[in-house]
Amino acid sequence: MEVREGTRSYRDRADEWQAGGAWRRTEPVPARQSRRGRTMDPRRLARGLGWFSLSLGLVEVLAPRFVSRLIGGRGDNMGLIRLYGMREIMSGMMIFGQGAKPAVGLWSRVAGDAIDIATLAAAASSSSTRKGPLAFATANVLGVTALDVYCAQELGRQQPTLSAGTIRMSRSVVINRSPEDLYTFWHNFENFPRFMHHLESVRATGPRTSHWVAKGPAGTKVEWDAEITADTPNELIAWQSAGDADVDNSGIVQFERRPGGRGTIVRVEIEYRPPGGVAGAMVARLFNQSPEQQIYDDLHRMKQVIETGEVLRSDGSPEGTGRVLQDSAQPKEFSSTNLEGAMR
Amino acid sequence: MKATCWHGKRDMRVENVPDPKILNQRDAIVRITSTAICGSDLHLYNGFIPTLKKGDVLGHEFMGEVVELGREVTNLKVGDRVVVPFPIACGACLACQAQMYSLCENSNPNAWMAEKLMGHSPSGIYGYSHMLGGFAGGQAEYARVPFADVGPLKVPDGMSDDQVLFLSDILPTGYMGAEMCNIRPGDTIAVWGCGPVGQFAIASARMLGAERIVAIDRFPERLAMARSKAGATDTINYEDQDVLDTLKDLTGGVGPDACIDAVGTESHAPGLMYAYDRFKQALMLETDRPLALRQAVMACRNGGIVSVIGVYGGFIDKFPMGSFMNRSLTMRTGQCHVHRYMKPLLERIQNGDIDPSFVITHRMQLDDAPDGYAMFAKKQDDCVKIVMTA
Repeated sequence: MEVREGTRSYRDRADEWQAGGAWRRTEPVPARQSRRGRTMDPRRLARGLGWFSLSLGLVEVLAPRFVSRLIGGRGDNMGLIRLYGMREIMSGMMIFGQGAKPAVGLWSRVAGDAIDIATLAAAASSSSTRKGPLAFATANVLGVTALDVYCAQELGRQQPTLSAGTIRMSRSVVINRSPEDLYTFWHNFENFPRFMHHLESVRATGPRTSHWVAKGPAGTKVEWDAEITADTPNELIAWQSAGDADVDNSGIVQFERRPGGRGTIVRVEIEYRPPGGVAGAMVARLFNQSPEQQIYDDLHRMKQVIETGEVLRSDGSPEGTGRVLQDSAQPKEFSSTNLEGAMR
Repeated sequence: MKATCWHGKRDMRVENVPDPKILNQRDAIVRITSTAICGSDLHLYNGFIPTLKKGDVLGHEFMGEVVELGREVTNLKVGDRVVVPFPIACGACLACQAQMYSLCENSNPNAWMAEKLMGHSPSGIYGYSHMLGGFAGGQAEYARVPFADVGPLKVPDGMSDDQVLFLSDILPTGYMGAEMCNIRPGDTIAVWGCGPVGQFAIASARMLGAERIVAIDRFPERLAMARSKAGATDTINYEDQDVLDTLKDLTGGVGPDACIDAVGTESHAPGLMYAYDRFKQALMLETDRPLALRQAVMACRNGGIVSVIGVYGGFIDKFPMGSFMNRSLTMRTGQCHVHRYMKPLLERIQNGDIDPSFVITHRMQLDDAPDGYAMFAKKQDDCVKIVMTA
């Protein structure tokens, strides 16, 4: 299925390419379903609660007197109700604004619910409130609170990077080579430190085993032995850390030929338990070493090494790394002090 | 070495900075003999392009003599005179193989930044923000040229800097703008903006066989140059005439077959619409002012082509999508894929089809770059194009 290029002008090729052929993306991997197979989809529920927050917030801000009467008050405390309305709107916006992570917005709703319950409890001790409507309002708030907690927990479960001790990530990149070439390149693990800048060395210790040394935080070293657990020539390689690893990890790389001589999609999935658990990962993120960014940078550097022969360095980032806080574009000497300066 | 550094909005300084060094084995170091200020540098100067930092060296139109080469560069020798294309391209990725060099997948080490803003990243560009690679620019005494085995064009003996310097950007950019119009005999082409790129778009439309070429600007000297040097058949000063009415008049109501936007993000127009866009831009509600682009869409004939070579940075507002969709218009765009045009256009210059040096109005020393920027930005002294020597 090689495209014949001899007879066609660059304009044909460029038009065809621009028409989307080369950019066409494959279908995304379907999102993981809730493990317990419950009928209530927490994402839908979250959206419902988000709209509820926004509507209630608007009513509280625009018609506080009405709300006060509804819950058994006398139509005073309008400022407080308006304030709560704004809080509701904030929660609603967080639920919709967080994109993939509405759980944060939902936990803010739970906190708001607690404030509401405390306020209602304080009102119950006042003689001027009508107890019937107040009890009705309290029952409603308790019901919604239960829903909020349930929904936030379910959403949290769907985000293994936040709730479990394991970090899982996947990324892919297209490289203008055959799956055969890429499989061979990848199989030689000793190549890895050329584009994975957090690795110090990888040494083959047997046909299926290797020893890895990586840079840990604050100048420490992290070491482990890895073992190949699956190996299908030109298709995939899977590995797992063996024995007493500093960082338990496993991963799989798959090579998928793109039709029409358009290179190969390299898909990498990696799972690991960071030292210091998820808290450690959060701290690492503060220092700009988020695992997602690292794997993205690694794959793009690998693409550069394979397609162009080396990692391209820019004058602004002479080390050729990705997400470091960059110094200015003035020509800089290539030295490790620059990197430290940039990462400060 | 001396270099022109950006220090903030409308604050350029010529400073001493460290000499560039070979960082990759496919690099070359070029001692710059001629360098120019591009209209798109004014977008940086005026602070409209994000991720620029204090001290960044600007400039992406330059040429000079090779003084040092990385091990892997075998097609050049020390002492060669070269013109350097402004997009940086590896020559090996799928985009480069399709000759879409300004979309090179390997030349932007900061691709993740551009992806945040644009979804996907284009190639790296010299001296054009960190989002596009953080490469030092060429308004300096020396520059580092990555992938020197792919980009630089050797200058034949006997040709002057003035004749070939603009192969680095504006001549190919103007040419690509005209080429994207699929010009057929008898076509009418309208060009918004008569800066250097607009002048070359007009000249290229003429070379490609357009019958009628309408130049649109507000500066009489630029319109005069378009008519006398570039080959425009008609001119419209948009401060005196209504552009859409005049284009309809000229074409019997049909509209131009293709419209070229050679203006980009900082367009002007008389009246309320300009105030509206300037206000929104000041409040960061839109990043770009698409006044020329809106007009180009509205003016274009049914089924025609809108070719966008003016630079935009981010987001626009009030795009006439209804006009665009219902009238079967096509939009073609892109930072120029300079590499693929350098040799054919060099031949055009050698044949005498075009002498690009006609746009040069001012010559300066590198030390005067800050004055040059100010003059070019304010269009003082009939300034169209400034060429600097180090």
